[in-house]
Amino acid sequence: MSPWLTDQPIDVGQLLADVASAGAGGTVAFLGTVRRSVEDGDVEAIEYSAYDAMAEDELGRIVAEARERWPGVRIALRHRVGLVALGEASVAIVTAAPHRADAYAASRYLIEETKRRAPIWKKERFASGQARWVDGQRGGG
Amino acid sequence: MTPGEPGAIRVTVRLFASYAEAAGRDALALSLAPGATAADALAAVRREPWAARVPPSPAVAVNRRYAAGDVALADGDEVAIIPPVAGG
Repeated sequence: MSPWLTDQPIDVGQLLADVASAGAGGTVAFLGTVRRSVEDGDVEAIEYSAYDAMAEDELGRIVAEARERWPGVRIALRHRVGLVALGEASVAIVTAAPHRADAYAASRYLIEETKRRAPIWKKERFASGQARWVDGQRGGG
Repeated sequence: MTPGEPGAIRVTVRLFASYAEAAGRDALALSLAPGATAADALAAVRREPWAARVPPSPAVAVNRRYAAGDVALADGDEVAIIPPVAGG
């Protein structure tokens, strides 16, 4: 799977290295992690699945849009598929820019658009052995 | 139009997540009249018994890109009914 989806734990150090450059004055690393909320009960992992080919395309389009809006920003992005344990990152976005404002703005755009558009779903797996699809939002292009 | 009729266009509809689970499969083949649109493919899918769970206006993709209902389909296209997304 490449370049945006991975079924392996995300190596944030590698993503930081991927965007490092002599021109970077501000680097932002955003991690979305699997959490347990009160209403979820005894969730022990979340299983992510995707329409792999479209997710790769859509994430590529989102990254291209960010590069167009914030020229000079370097971007690394990975989204997990498969089983992700509590506390592990399901998504990581690293942006580096000459100045921090662009790095923050691009990072925010990338995560919001990913959540809104990437054809990715998640199923909560409970300690009891039960599982439940998590309600999402209507995907939009 | 019935499957195999001359001029029919054949498309694959891919199902994911809760829809695939409800349908018990991850794809179905449709034969549609020439000029059929993404909305026509969706209407055909709605005749499936499991499709009651599909909301009134679901996101639809054609060839791996979100598409409006009036997008015309061609033979061999890949249509997907996209369940509400929950990535991130």
